[in-house]
Formats: sequence, C-alpha cells, structure tokens
Amino acid sequence: MSLGQHRVRGVWPALPRIVRPAGYGRGVQTRTAWQAVTERPGRFLGSSWPWRSLAYLLSGVLVGLGTLVGLLLLLAVGAVLIAVAVGLLTPVAFVLSGTVLARVERWRLRLVDRDPAPDPHRRPDRPGRWTWARTRLGEQATWREFGYAMLSALALWVIDALVVGVCLAGPVAMMLSPLIGNPVTGYFVLAGLGLLILPAFAYPITAWAAARAALARALVAPRETELGERLIEVARSRARLVDAFELERRRIERDLHDGAQQRLVALTMTLGLARLDLPPESETARQVGDAHDQAKAALAELRELIRGVHPHVLADRGLAAAVEDAAGRSPVPVEVDLSLPARLPDVVEVTAYYAVCEALANVAKHSQSTRGQIRGRLVAGQLMIEVRDDGCGGADPAAGTGLAGLADRLAAVDGRLFLSSPTGGPTVVRVEIPCPRNASSE
Amino acid sequence: MSSQRQLRIVLAEDAVLLRAGLTGLLERFGHTVVASAGDADELIAATGEHRPDIIVTDVRMPPGFTDEGLKAALALRAAQPTLAVLVLSQYVEQTYAAELLDSPSAAGSGGIGYLLKDRVGDVEEFVDALVRVANGATVVDPEVVRQLLSRRRDPLRRLTPREREVLALMAEGRSNAAIARLLVVTEAAVGKHIGSILTKLDLPPDSDDHRRVLAVLAYLRG
Repeated sequence: MSLGQHRVRGVWPALPRIVRPAGYGRGVQTRTAWQAVTERPGRFLGSSWPWRSLAYLLSGVLVGLGTLVGLLLLLAVGAVLIAVAVGLLTPVAFVLSGTVLARVERWRLRLVDRDPAPDPHRRPDRPGRWTWARTRLGEQATWREFGYAMLSALALWVIDALVVGVCLAGPVAMMLSPLIGNPVTGYFVLAGLGLLILPAFAYPITAWAAARAALARALVAPRETELGERLIEVARSRARLVDAFELERRRIERDLHDGAQQRLVALTMTLGLARLDLPPESETARQVGDAHDQAKAALAELRELIRGVHPHVLADRGLAAAVEDAAGRSPVPVEVDLSLPARLPDVVEVTAYYAVCEALANVAKHSQSTRGQIRGRLVAGQLMIEVRDDGCGGADPAAGTGLAGLADRLAAVDGRLFLSSPTGGPTVVRVEIPCPRNASSE
Repeated sequence: MSSQRQLRIVLAEDAVLLRAGLTGLLERFGHTVVASAGDADELIAATGEHRPDIIVTDVRMPPGFTDEGLKAALALRAAQPTLAVLVLSQYVEQTYAAELLDSPSAAGSGGIGYLLKDRVGDVEEFVDALVRVANGATVVDPEVVRQLLSRRRDPLRRLTPREREVLALMAEGRSNAAIARLLVVTEAAVGKHIGSILTKLDLPPDSDDHRRVLAVLAYLRG
C-alpha cells in the first residue's frame, strides 16, 4: 500500500496551478504610515504621508473631543432619566456607543493605513433592535471598542493635540516671528530656520499617527480568529450553495426523466404503432413517419440534455463508472485508469466528474489529439485525477470560460486545478480535491 | 416477421403511461403480459409466481429510482440462469451493459438484452429483439456497440469499413441472415466478412451465433 502510494505520488509531476486572477499585481506600494516613516527622507517628505498623518491627528482631536462631549451628555441624560425606568438603558447605550465611534475610527484609519479594516461584528441572526443589542453585547469586539472609546475620549485626543501642538508651535512661531517682532534681519533668519526644521517634525507626527493607528487597529479591527470564523462561514455557505445547486440539478433531471421523457417514449411508441396500421405508400403514412422520426430525434436530444444535467450512473455506480462512460462517449479514444477504494462523498464525485467531462470536451474540441488518457487515485486523502492528451497543446485558461469556470467550481470544494499545455503539446489537466478518508461513504 | 412463438412476459415499468403502452404493443404482436410490476419487489414476486418466458424491466425503479430494476433482474437471473432478461435503460451506460453481460451465462441459459428505452418506438424491431432474447440470444443496443467500437480504435483500423459495419451488427446480436438483410448483401458475403473479421481480431471462428456475439463483445470491452 505504502509502496503503491509512493509510486503514485512520484508520477504526479509539478504543474502550474490555475486560479482566477485576484486583485493582485498593484506592485510594491507603501501601505502604512509606519512603512512611510522608514523610507528615504526625500521620498517620505515628498509623499502625502506626513499630511495624512497630520490630518489623522487633527481629526483625532475633533473626534476625541466629540466622543467626550457625547459620553458626558449621555451620562447627564442617564442621570436625569434614572428616575424613570428608561434611565436603566443608559449603561447599555453607553457601551454600545463605542461601536459608533469604532465605525468612524475604521473609516479614519484609512488615512494612515491602507490595509482593509473590516467590521468585526457579525450580523444578528434575526432582525430587531433587541436581538441586535444582545448580539453586540455578547461580542468581544464590542467591549474592545468601548475600551477604545474611553481611551479616545479621555487620553488619546489630548496626546494628539499635544504632539501636534509641540511639533508645530516652535517652527510656526519661528516662521511668524518677523510679523510680531521688529522687522530685523535676525527674525528673517529665524523664520528661515523655522521653515528648515519644519520638515523634521513630520517624523514625530507621522510616528505618533502610526502608533495610534496600530492601537486603533488592535482594538477596532477584527482579530485573526474573528476573521477565521468568518472565512469558515463563507466556505460553509459556499459549500451549501454547491450542495443546493447539485440537489436542484438532480430534481430537474428526475422531473425530466419522469415527465417529458416518459411521454416522448410513449408518443414514439404510439406513432410507431400507427405507422404499422397505415397503407405504406399513403400520404398519411409519410406524415406519420415524419412525426415518428421527429419524436425520436426529440427523445435523443432530451436524453443528452438530461445526461448533461445530472448523469445518473454517477449516483448509482460512482465516479469510476461514470468516468468510464464519459470516456466511452468521447470521439477521441480515451484510456481510463481510475482505481478508487470506495465511493467518495457526493460533492467530490460530482465535482470530479464535471472536471473530467470539461477536460474531455476540450480534448475533443481543441487538442487535435488522437488519444487521451485519464488516471486517478486517492492519495493521502486527496483525489487526484489527470486527463492527458497527445494533441497540440496551447490551452489557455484565460481564453475561454471552461477552465477558469472549472477552477471556480473546484475552489468551492477546496479543490485545485493544474494545467500544463505547452505549444506543441501534450496537454495535462490535473484536478485535486481533498477527500478525507472517513468522509467517504460505504 | 417474428417467430410465431407467443411469449409470456412479466413487465416491470413504474410509469403507468408507458406500462399501458408497452402492454398494448406486446399484446398486439400476440404476446401476453402475464403480470406488470411497478417496482422491483413486485417484479421479483411476479416472476416467481408466473414463471414467464422473459422479463422486461426498466433500469430505474422505485423506491430509490436508481437501478433497482437492473439489480432485481440480475438477482433473478442469478437464481434462475435460464430466465431471459431484457433491460430497458433511459441512457446507454456501459456499466449497466457490462453487469448484465457478465451475469452467468452457461450453455442453455436464457438470453440477455440491453436496449435503450427509445427503441420501443421502433415497434417491429423492438418486438423482434424481444423474441430473439427470449430465444436465448444476446442483444446489445447499437449505441452501446458504437461506443465500444469508438473506444478500441487501434486494432479495428485493420478492418475495412464494410467489415466494421458487419462487426457492429454482430455485436448487437444479429444473425448472419439478419446482417445480410440489413446490409442488402448475400448471406455468403456476410459469412466471408465475418471470417475475415475474426481472423484479423484473432478471435476463434465459431458457428454458434450466441457464443460469437459474446466473444465479439468481450473483445470490444477489452
């Protein structure tokens, strides 16, 4: 077994993986104020980062002051209303006000940190204000945001104001000295000096802005685990979508099979019988004959259509049998070597089957090959299937929707698609789908 | 055109419309549907009760709507190898055909047929195939044969186009006389083609139609 596995593993060569181009390729770019500070002075001072940092701190003062005033007002209102029951809601509103500030802060963060800072909260299960409040109060993120709100209202804005004030006061005062002092040459020298040292203060301003942004990110942006939960949830809902889609295909296939197909078979039978009863050379016999032929053609077309919707040999006999059948229908002779220890989970079988069909269709349509080969094994919990032809190569995943669509479909089950198709051939398409051993049925 | 033998048939088909249509069709050709079954269990019960000459069943049957009909036919045949079985399938699936052809077929065992359901529209040919299966022949749908031929292309390249036509008809289970009629040639010419085919494919010459079909199919299935 281990020898066999080793051998199988050994003959799967490395192939380039196909994925949909994501939003990459923007080149190297400064993403945060921290990075900007460490760049060459010429580049840093010429960039927008010092100005962005200044704007971040100045708006920080305003937002912090606003938060302080808002919280004090809330406390005052709460104190007045404590007499009536409504006042009891004040602490709740007090805590939840942090989420509002956090929203503003995540938006402001973009000034000095280009990396995305998504909302860390999850969507409440049901609509309604109470559900919303309960969901929020149960989340760690809400309390982090409340902490940030307190910090912001009581300390951060003061530090912002101090940093900006200290850094700008000296040079600005120096620059303005010719206006207030006697217009003596010395003051102009002082003003020039102020202008010269002004850029140096871009460093402390940006550095504090960066530190403050890091603090804000730590408190109001989602933590790794919260993001992880969300990714798992996305993957699950994607998998559910695939399952629902597959279920729907089966239903359509069943409906067509039980309905239209049976009726058409009955119709061809009736027409076939009618043909027998008519004098062979009559006009009516010719017309009935035409109708009979057309009904048979419709039946053949419907049969192909239904097979495309969902091949029922796949459900009955599993992947190996279905792939054998698909290979049997290929106009290019295809050799199949697919050995699997047991039935695989439905979604794995279906995905692999469509991948093989797509690859076979490409072999027939584009490769000009004279023969093909399908190999498949279950290796270390991965279903690996390779479709190879001896054709002209040059398959380009960007050219058609087929291969890229296939990559998408595989991605939905955490599978991967690899393609090697040098000009002149041969073309190899390989599909890998994770398939935990204990998940295989039977 | 078919033999005068009146067959006693158990018909298994879950679609009421088709069951009625098929019953009418078979009775019109002088055969008797002694029982019709709506699912696999009924098929097995009816076969045990009526001892028919042949059973005709759909692959897909309730309750699971997968391959209950085929499984029941295989089980019945395993228990009683002389039983002739004609399986109708909505689709051509090599796997189903292979399972049927691999079921035990010793000398004197009943015939086997695997046809696309569409073929019932060609009523005379369908009834003809039914009678041949009841008489112990192997009948395989032309579509299955076409797929088999397209798979084993290399050695078949040595055959002339005419020989390939003859081979396809042989694989469907046609007799020399039927092949001659269909290709509008003499039986002697068909015999010559067949001899040439068997030599080219290294198959043993065999005068028995049925065994010859099985040999050709076994060869094609590789």
